Amino acid sequence: MNILYFLVGCSVLMALIFLAAFFWAYKTGQNDDVHTPGIRMLFDDEAAAEKSEEDHFSS
Amino acid sequence: MEDQNKTTTQALCYHCGEDLPAIKYQAGDKDFCCAGCMAVFKILSENNLCNYYVYNNNPGQQFKNELHLEYLDEPKIIDQLLDYKHESSSIITFYIPAIHCSSCIWLLEHLYKINPAIFSSRIDFLKKQVTISFNHDEISLRQLVETLGQIGYEPLISLQDVVQEHSSSVDKALVLKIAVAGFLMGNVMLFSFPEYFGLSGFEKQFQSLFGWLNLTFAIPAAFYCGRDYFTSAITSLKHRHINLDTPLALIIAVLFLRTAFEILFSTGPGFADTLTGLVFLLLMGKWLKQRTYHHISFDRDYRSYFPIAVTTLQNGKEKPVSINEIKIGDRLWIRNGELVPADAILMKGEAWMDMSFVTGESDPVHKVLGEIIYAGGRQTSEAIELEVIKPVSQSYLTGLWNNDNYKNNTEKQNFNDTVAKYFSLGVFLIAFAATGYWLLQNDSHKAWAAFTAVIIVACPCVLALSTPFTLSAILSVFDKKGFYVKNTDAVEELSKCDTLIFDKTGTLTSNEHAEIGFSGTISGEEKIIVGSLLRNSIHPLSRHILKTLNVDRFYSISDYKEVVGKGLTAKINNHSIYAGHLSMLPMAVKSASESGVHIVIDHVYKGCFDIKQQWRSGLAQLILKLSKFKLLVLSGDTDKDRWMLDTIFTEKTTIRFRQSPHQKLDAVLKLQQGGNKVMMLGDGLNDAGALKQSNFGIALTDNINNFTPGCDAILKGSALNYLPDFIQLSKDGLKIIKTSFAIAIAYNCIGIYFAVQGTLYPLVAAVLMPISTVTIISFTTMATRWFARKNKLI
Repeated sequence: MNILYFLVGCSVLMALIFLAAFFWAYKTGQNDDVHTPGIRMLFDDEAAAEKSEEDHFSS
Repeated sequence: MEDQNKTTTQALCYHCGEDLPAIKYQAGDKDFCCAGCMAVFKILSENNLCNYYVYNNNPGQQFKNELHLEYLDEPKIIDQLLDYKHESSSIITFYIPAIHCSSCIWLLEHLYKINPAIFSSRIDFLKKQVTISFNHDEISLRQLVETLGQIGYEPLISLQDVVQEHSSSVDKALVLKIAVAGFLMGNVMLFSFPEYFGLSGFEKQFQSLFGWLNLTFAIPAAFYCGRDYFTSAITSLKHRHINLDTPLALIIAVLFLRTAFEILFSTGPGFADTLTGLVFLLLMGKWLKQRTYHHISFDRDYRSYFPIAVTTLQNGKEKPVSINEIKIGDRLWIRNGELVPADAILMKGEAWMDMSFVTGESDPVHKVLGEIIYAGGRQTSEAIELEVIKPVSQSYLTGLWNNDNYKNNTEKQNFNDTVAKYFSLGVFLIAFAATGYWLLQNDSHKAWAAFTAVIIVACPCVLALSTPFTLSAILSVFDKKGFYVKNTDAVEELSKCDTLIFDKTGTLTSNEHAEIGFSGTISGEEKIIVGSLLRNSIHPLSRHILKTLNVDRFYSISDYKEVVGKGLTAKINNHSIYAGHLSMLPMAVKSASESGVHIVIDHVYKGCFDIKQQWRSGLAQLILKLSKFKLLVLSGDTDKDRWMLDTIFTEKTTIRFRQSPHQKLDAVLKLQQGGNKVMMLGDGLNDAGALKQSNFGIALTDNINNFTPGCDAILKGSALNYLPDFIQLSKDGLKIIKTSFAIAIAYNCIGIYFAVQGTLYPLVAAVLMPISTVTIISFTTMATRWFARKNKLI
């Protein structure tokens, strides 16, 4: 049963790592804006290039 | 179907979606309503950015007037605005009110295509902010803002950007505390399982290990996560009154001490699980309470109305100066459309001031040389020169805003704090009675156990949780209907109001749907002449009238002259024509209305275009529903609409006209002194004093992105008819909170029954506390939904 000491240590350590990861994510601002990235990922990179060519206007 | 779509899009401006005027601007096969929209389209298409139009139809905004950005060349001002500056790169955040759809995000994040000196740009859609990093050697801040302005996204740079208070950091600390509390609670629960199931009996050595681990976790729970409760309790005790945090702090302390005691002397498992769970739930409740709605900034004060810089004249030269630095005696140069930032004397030029910020009257007031012009006036005519007589912070407007009469800083006593006082007293009485009883029985161990157990079990966490959960559920219901309330405390205030004060202009009437009417006679031919004149002006009134005239051909004109804010004159087909303010006309004219656009053709008065304000729809039914309240109408306007108000309101309603902001404020004060709880509905800054003073101030607006003065709530004009339902729901909300208290007290009675006997085991506490909490939270959530449905708000 002494292995439990090791396992308990591991579980606490894991939890601490997750907590630290959350701190890091929060401090770097990953939770500041949770709305815009959802819209941003819907933009096609250059998929509509043909259409924009058609709109191209030169005076 | 497709054809139909085509015709509808063709009738609208390709860029902004406005109806096309009779003579439209064309570029390629696209139609535009004005040169501004076409210019934006050209810029976008030249930079291959027409994807902008792919994500939404007509995403643009109509083009505004030219910008005066000289002040952005001043290094002092630049430094105040920049977030970050290093070698050649700078980062800046702008607030851009025009952001409204996904196309805006796409375009503003592709700014680097327009100018390669812009490295990157990121949008925060809800806050309407864009953060841009750029090379300041290649593009100046002013050029950057001009670029934004050219594509229709002019940033709003106000004094508040400079004097920012970092209030969001409080929230950040709270979220981190919640994270820590959650981590602690999870681990402590895990290590308490053996205790719950009686397993530790087999493995004695683990019992003490888990005990010590729990104690280790209890330390940050009490002293890091729960620190705010201790500080709040200490401050409230210093002021000799008890708030809700006082008993909470006491419980955290008792739980921690008892846990420490039991672990240190190996007498029991302690209450670490209860402690961490309690702290976690309390912080969650607090977070819910603090979570206000970020897409609306309520904290804007008078500073946000002012630009950050103003042009001064120094030795005849124009120099932009930051508003903070304006001194008495400075000469200001105020152009058309600019705000006067400080009380000043008119030195040069014709002043036609739109004082609607201050008085609510939007007709320009004529000022003569030497007259004092108060801060907040907007010049609607040519540029003028002023001499400052009071610094910004002491001017009339800021004085009105920061009036001493305004609500003092002592916090409103809410329901929770009132209950907390009696609650704490009751808990202490029971705790001491139980201790005394066991001491008389000479059982000091049980006395100590009973004392701590009563305090633990009688935890007022329900008080701390049911209120934020109920009120924030109500807030989200309000939110969906276009009623944005500042915070949960305000909902309580809303439910108590018994007197309603309405402002007239902008509140009972809508500015958005103003109708243009013509009094007088005008022939078809003359219409074309008027249209030909007006189409040369970019003034919003001219554009509005041009639209209502609906003419399809124009004559060429000569000798065109525009006096900004006053009127236009020109020669068309040998006719001389004037359009504008009465004082602009070449002859004296007797007219019923002083405002409006008057038309004179060949020295014959033809009549005048007048803007008729439209009353909000459903007003009569609304007032009928509100008849149980005491109603008042305080209008800053003249009494020309009295008959209309008389038909809507009953005889009991007090209706007053020509009220100055101070009179409105006094009226609110007087009612409050008479013991009334006043709700004020208003719009502009001219109601700001009354809005702030009232128990519940609602700023009514047709466009929620407009600036709103200090108020408790923002209400969309279209949602005004729901007002009685909103008030009813807030009352029901208080009922829910009171019922949840009854439930909590029932639970507490069970707990106290065991506690006074000194036989409360951690297991009982660990089960009872979460059950009561879960019951309360689910009860409040369901009850709120039920009442919201009953009031037809979902």
